[in-house]
Amino acid sequence: MKNEARVLVGLGTFFGLMCLVYWLWSKEQGGSVMMFAGMLLCFLPGSYYFWWSRRMRPRTEDDPNATQAQGAGVIGTFPGTSIWPFTLGMGAFFVVLALVFGIWFLVPGLGLVGWALFGGTAEGRRGGKH
Amino acid sequence: MTDVLDPPLAAAPHEPDHGHEEHHGPTGILKWMTSTDHKVIGMSYTITSVIMLMIGGIFAEIIRAQLTTPNNSLVSLAQYNELFTMHGSVMIYLFMGPFAFGALANIIVPIQIGAPDMAFPRLNALSYWLYLTGSITMLSGFFVAGGAANFGWVAYAPLSNSINSPGAGADLWIGGLLLTGFSAIFTGVNLTATIFYLRAPGMTMFRMPIFTWNLLITAILILLAFPVLTAGLIMLYCDRHFGTHIFSVAGGGVPVLWQNIFWFWGHPEVYILALPVFGMVTEIIAVFSRKPVFGYKGMVFATLTIGALSLGVWAHHMFTTGVVLLPFFSIMSLLIAVPTGIKMFNWIGTMWRGEVWFSTAMLMAVGFLFTFLVGGITGIYLASPPLDFFTHDTYFVVAHFHSVVMALVLGAMGALYYWGPKITGYLLNERIGKIQFWLLFLGTQVFTFPMYILGLRGMPRRIAIYPLHPGWKYLNDVASVGALMIGLSMVAFLVNIAYSWKKYPAGDNPWDGHTLEWFTTSPPPHHNFYRLPQIRSERPTWDYNHPGHQASAHGHLAEALIEKDSVS
Repeated sequence: MKNEARVLVGLGTFFGLMCLVYWLWSKEQGGSVMMFAGMLLCFLPGSYYFWWSRRMRPRTEDDPNATQAQGAGVIGTFPGTSIWPFTLGMGAFFVVLALVFGIWFLVPGLGLVGWALFGGTAEGRRGGKH
Repeated sequence: MTDVLDPPLAAAPHEPDHGHEEHHGPTGILKWMTSTDHKVIGMSYTITSVIMLMIGGIFAEIIRAQLTTPNNSLVSLAQYNELFTMHGSVMIYLFMGPFAFGALANIIVPIQIGAPDMAFPRLNALSYWLYLTGSITMLSGFFVAGGAANFGWVAYAPLSNSINSPGAGADLWIGGLLLTGFSAIFTGVNLTATIFYLRAPGMTMFRMPIFTWNLLITAILILLAFPVLTAGLIMLYCDRHFGTHIFSVAGGGVPVLWQNIFWFWGHPEVYILALPVFGMVTEIIAVFSRKPVFGYKGMVFATLTIGALSLGVWAHHMFTTGVVLLPFFSIMSLLIAVPTGIKMFNWIGTMWRGEVWFSTAMLMAVGFLFTFLVGGITGIYLASPPLDFFTHDTYFVVAHFHSVVMALVLGAMGALYYWGPKITGYLLNERIGKIQFWLLFLGTQVFTFPMYILGLRGMPRRIAIYPLHPGWKYLNDVASVGALMIGLSMVAFLVNIAYSWKKYPAGDNPWDGHTLEWFTTSPPPHHNFYRLPQIRSERPTWDYNHPGHQASAHGHLAEALIEKDSVS
């Protein structure tokens, strides 16, 4: 977990330094704010990983001498086939068309989005099928 | 015999759930619509993005046909504006981006790190649907009154406001980008989580293949850059429809703010397109030189440095606006040449004294090196403000970024030849592949070099007609011949797919590959692996197939030379 944290914190630190130099030199707000936000976006997960890396045992993928047998067991649940991403995507499609062709497209759009959120959540509770 | 085989191969953790029996699921269109398998989604991405390449290519051919003659009337001025806008938009937003981080990344990254799937398979499927609907939204602009978006792929304010660009086409362009933008963000989340959390035991960060490393940095850049574009697009939409004045001077807004926002996304986007292809080329060159990657850690740190610098270079696209800090952006842009140069050096170092096998994939990768060097070096010229003032918005810039993106197309084609057998189980024909390579490679040079000269002779970009200027017409003709050759190379690619259809079974490891994807079957089974080798270097499959040759895992030149001598 340490190297993952180092990548993000390292990038964030560089963005922070670059932001400081840029702000002091140019006094331009737009770019400085975006670079500052970029720094925060790296520090947010990076510091979380760093915090965890000091509190957890090294995972098998962090151990250079780990054997495949050490990784035996369930590594997670993966959903089977699901129609809900398609439904949600089509809902988002109609919502965007509402931006162009008129507000009434929101009716099928939000309808599909709501249906997909409901269906996808219920499926998640059941664990999906293969 | 070494500890690679001792203890013997352990079963992958997920295997007991499924055993060796085939995975049963829906087939045909229902499989396309409901699958959450990263390989199926990646294949959908690949096919869709290659179709987008063909559509964008047809636009390019029409543009080049229009420019063969001064004052040509093949297309009207308005149609020309739509064509170059949609050519750029389709190629950048709908082909190269999704191809780079959605198509091959989706298929290969989980297999390279020994994962059964992406971390969030349903989110992955949603990414694809947003990409597909976004593409349809953007392209449907051609079928509405007023035509497609016509303000260039960069949509500069105030040209993109509701007075200068009325009509549904521009709104469809914005809507399409909102959808594909969210698609990219979700893919970025998915790739980062997959690479951080689903690696196989022993696959430490510094044993990940370079392709996976590059996709990790790409995913982080996506998360940094794409939300900025999405926010900018929402502001642009509000300016167009809700009467805000964020980008209009009349209401107290700042038009240059759009350029700042757009390029704050736009320049990292260049690396979002390029880094995955760098990764593809690294894998191809290492495998076909029969050597480990030269300077593995140098490659990783070069990628990290490119990622770090990419957030501080955006305004080199805006030197001529007169309101940006020239020295800062010039220095940062020139600095990017250092890590890129390290990569170039390492690619050549990987080939140096290797047993280079010039298969089609390797030819494409070497073609990438040459073309990218041309694009990269002209990029260094353009990072210098005095030269940029002279060449801004001329064909010199057009030639520069076409060298870069055509290099990426070469690398991407190489990756299709390299990983295609893994994905489909069948090889492509090498003879037709080599014909395709030479058409694509030579076509690219014939296409871009006249445009460099045209730019230096002052021809501005985005003009449909030009006066009968001495020395412009024949250069345009040569460039059009080059574009035709590139078009023919794409025809050769399609012919190759049709000709080689299920003709040459590939086997599991046709190229003596290095990384985990060559350890599993072609195509890989549901959840990818029946078994995994011990991972003790960044090329576990090679270690497994060549026990006793792991000493050069990190590619020191001397060790690599010793290894070469002992192999041959």
